[in-house]
Amino acid sequence: MKFKKLITVVLGALAIPFAAVAGEDSQLTVEGQLMVTSVAAPAHMENVDKIFSGWVFRKDETQALQMDDFDNPAFIFIDKAIDTFSKVEGTAGKACVSCHESPEVFKGLRASMPRVNSSGELETIPELVNGCRTERMGAEKWKWSGGSMAGIVGLIGLQSRGMSVDVTIDGPASSMWEKGKELYYTRVGQLNMSCANCHEDNYGNMIRADHLSMGQINGFPTYRLKNAKLNTIHGRFKGCMKNIRATPYKEGGDEFKALELYVASRSNGLTVETPSVRN
Amino acid sequence: MKIFAKVAFVAAFIGSASFAGSITPSDVTFGEDGEVTASLTGVVGDAANGRKLFMNRKKGNCLACHVNSEMSEQSFHGEVGPELDGVAARWNTAELRGILVNSKMMFEGTIMPSFYWDSGYERTLKKFVGKTILEAQEVEDVLAYLSTLKE
Ligand code: HEC
Ligand code: HEC
Ligand code: HEC
Repeated sequence: MKFKKLITVVLGALAIPFAAVAGEDSQLTVEGQLMVTSVAAPAHMENVDKIFSGWVFRKDETQALQMDDFDNPAFIFIDKAIDTFSKVEGTAGKACVSCHESPEVFKGLRASMPRVNSSGELETIPELVNGCRTERMGAEKWKWSGGSMAGIVGLIGLQSRGMSVDVTIDGPASSMWEKGKELYYTRVGQLNMSCANCHEDNYGNMIRADHLSMGQINGFPTYRLKNAKLNTIHGRFKGCMKNIRATPYKEGGDEFKALELYVASRSNGLTVETPSVRN
Repeated sequence: MKIFAKVAFVAAFIGSASFAGSITPSDVTFGEDGEVTASLTGVVGDAANGRKLFMNRKKGNCLACHVNSEMSEQSFHGEVGPELDGVAARWNTAELRGILVNSKMMFEGTIMPSFYWDSGYERTLKKFVGKTILEAQEVEDVLAYLSTLKE
């Protein structure tokens, strides 16, 4: 409960970008492995010195749920995904496991996504999965934020847990990254706010009952106590946009992919926490 | 609290007056520092209703960003903006009205939404397009409530 004391100190203060963040010195160990929940900000971030995982801002009880895989409710969905991985589907009569020996072969992938492929397109994990389903299995696409997709993306992400987020932002990725950055700082909706207004200018502050984090995505997909399911990155972006009364971009569309790249680059140096637990 | 009760009492008698004469958002006149002198409706605000609008998450939701000791019965007060205790002692009515109508005229680049402003927004959800967050009389009601916060 260290953070309660800090809140009273910060109470009423205007946005103080470098203010002490509650719970900054608490440590996240998952299954005995120490995670990096705060680290020097990557060089491209002009207004921030230090970056923090969303875990830091959650209450003790919520934090504890992520420290042990038996307590972490996300594993109900990860276990289901393990079954899905071996399930034959589609006209080719194949399962993921027919071609990928085990989910472990995807170790490291999550830490570097999204990335630009050899055709110059920005690609995300859900697209890679759907590519295999439609082109290699002869199966239907999964919905971007549907249960099957969120589960498999969680299972793939879990293989990189504890690895450092390290997305590439230069070279062929730079134009998409710039576009994502622009979206991050553009005010939208009737409440007329940008992502930065809340997650850069006001992290550490309470906004009514919510303790504002930096809006990092290193823990996605995330199990939320609020809706008791795995939540996808684009699903979360959508929710934040609707809250400020803005029309969200399309899940899986170019805008959200660019925004994902940019937001991911703001967590370069933190560890992949998939699957995290949030409220 | 005494003043608060009196304003509410007066308002109860005239609260049902017609709003046909409301100034539209584009016709609001701002002073040099972003203050708005003229009432948006000409109808005295109802402070009791203003208090409700202040905490209502779908209306003012002022409590999302401001601590307000007068509402200590509410469990969650935000800390994005300054505490509003004694706000009426710091700002006069015209200034407070200006802050409510369009806070950006007073505080450049602020995160505080403009509550009586209906244009210039990007990608607004369909059901809110061309609408203001608060109606003219609701602004006057919140204003009447703020005016009770003297210490
Ligand atoms: C018929 C074989 C086949 C099936 C079935 C298949 N894949 Fe693939 N998958 C491939 C090939 C080939 C590649 C590209 C080469 C590679 O990276 O392994 C690939 C690539 C991937 C990648 C990107 C890996 C990387 O490091 O770039 C992911 C993720 C993936 N598949 C997930 C899945 C999932 C999940 C399923 C089941 C829903 C599945 N695949 C089914 C053959 C298959
Ligand atoms: C009105 C303030 C506000 C704005 C504007 C806003 N968000 Fe959020 N966002 C929140 C709140 C509140 C939460 C839940 C608490 C937290 O983690 O900050 C949240 C959570 C998130 C999370 C989950 C963080 C985690 O650790 O699981 C992400 C990611 C996120 N927001 C991204 C965005 C993006 C991208 C934008 C711009 C499109 C945006 N937000 C705009 C308030 C906002
Ligand atoms: C998203 C957060 C947010 C919301 C919602 C919000 N405000 Fe503010 N408000 C601020 C911030 C931040 C400031 C400080 C001005 C600045 O940005 O420099 C402020 C300043 C003020 C001030 C000037 C206070 C002073 O002492 O200087 C008043 C009065 C005020 N707000 C009233 C309200 C009322 C009434 C509502 C609801 C109808 C409201 N605010 C909703 C964020 C908010």
